[in-house]
Amino acid sequence: MIRLDHVAKTYRTRRGDLVPALEDVSLDVGENEFVSVVGTSGCGKSTLLKLVAGLTPATRGSIHVRDQIVREPFTDVGFVFQQPVLLPWRSVLDNVLFSVEMLGLEPRHYRKPALDLLELTGLGGFETKYPRELSGGMQQRVAICRALLPDPGLLLMDEPFGALDAMTREEMGLELLRIWEERRKTIIFVTHSIPEAILLADRVVVMTPRPGRIARVLGIDLPRPRTMDLEFVPRFKAYSDDVRNLIFSGRKRP
Amino acid sequence: MTARVARRVVSDYLVPTAALVGVLVLWEAATRAFHIPNFIMPAPSAIVGEGWEWRYRFLDHTWVTLYETLGGFALSILVGVPLAVLIVYSPVLKSALYPLIVLAQSVPKIAVAPVLLLILGHGEIPKVIVAFLVAFFPVVVDTATGLAATPPELLDLSRSYRASAFKTFVKVRLPMALPFFFAGAKVAITLSVIGAVVGEFVGSDKGLGYVILSATSYWKTELAFSSMILLSVMAILLFGAVSLVERLVCPWLAAESED
Repeated sequence: MIRLDHVAKTYRTRRGDLVPALEDVSLDVGENEFVSVVGTSGCGKSTLLKLVAGLTPATRGSIHVRDQIVREPFTDVGFVFQQPVLLPWRSVLDNVLFSVEMLGLEPRHYRKPALDLLELTGLGGFETKYPRELSGGMQQRVAICRALLPDPGLLLMDEPFGALDAMTREEMGLELLRIWEERRKTIIFVTHSIPEAILLADRVVVMTPRPGRIARVLGIDLPRPRTMDLEFVPRFKAYSDDVRNLIFSGRKRP
Repeated sequence: MTARVARRVVSDYLVPTAALVGVLVLWEAATRAFHIPNFIMPAPSAIVGEGWEWRYRFLDHTWVTLYETLGGFALSILVGVPLAVLIVYSPVLKSALYPLIVLAQSVPKIAVAPVLLLILGHGEIPKVIVAFLVAFFPVVVDTATGLAATPPELLDLSRSYRASAFKTFVKVRLPMALPFFFAGAKVAITLSVIGAVVGEFVGSDKGLGYVILSATSYWKTELAFSSMILLSVMAILLFGAVSLVERLVCPWLAAESED
């Protein structure tokens, strides 16, 4: 579904210096595949998502989504960020409807699907609340509903659970999988939690920083539906060690 | 009524009221006990008495000052908000306008007032302009801050949905700036009162500022005091009105966050 072909991205700073963010990234992501991208800060993970969404142009290389070259934003995308970035003046329901409104669709026709999504994510009954009346995890669920409402084929998630506490985080990850089983779509999930990347994905893209490159792409052969217990399976531990070694191999140990 | 509610009523209302009454009683007693002449420090009773005698004339003067204040305030919003939009959306205009705005803010308005009155003549309009000049700065700065405060992720999100810049402005940036705008407007309304009075000080024959000025030149300190009280009450009421509008326009700010 997505094909990145030798993509590089170089930013120009305010002082005019060129900073390479991504270097020679080639990656294929299949239809309805769940791919995690893991790496330390500064490895260009967020840049990768922006490139795929067409929010910023690649300096070199090409990006195709469904055989269409990406040159500008296209509407088949849902975005979830580390912060929920909800609109504080809108109720939960109106926040979910924000996506279809910005797409120029008629929000009235999406009320029912929006309420269904809220129900699906355990937010039934909260539709009239303001975001600040909700906990961080609930706010992030609203942001996910907002991204899912137009039913995009591609979901780009930029450390979506990074701001949550560890317990909520694990719960939300499995919940995302449950939603994904129900409404299949292609997901690119950026994280810097190694266990999270392995637990959720079909494949894990391991990146190294400065400039961001793909170190390796690991296929994760663990049964679905995934559960928290998998973290104690020896194979999970082996994957986790692999990823850790790939990330830290290029670094000097103290 | 539980004990906690009762304690809150006591601390929120009873204590401040008692303190105010205490100060007034002390003040009254001191002026009587030491035979302080009215022109040096009038007793509260003398201030109230004088104010009551002037009640009909005060109506006119208060109206004039109120009119100048509201005029200056309205102008500061009508000019300040579009300026803020221009500053946020155009880097060129920002570098052109910001120094000018800061310059206009740094000139002491009380020094500008005589010149303005010289140019614009008498009547209410020059006072409206002075009130505007005193009040517009916080409106511009706070609104610009608010417009720039939209998280970049939300702008990316709007862009990924291919929403137009205008739509993003109306649906995201403008409402995001509202609490900031109101913070500026609340400062502006109290500054407008000051501006109107400054304008009246420089040259006028109407308004509460004029009453204070002429009362002091006739040694009628109690009249000056009652004008000051009227001015403060007016400023407080206007501030309250802006806060009320804020609460009506931004009801989400009142929603309590869950602990």
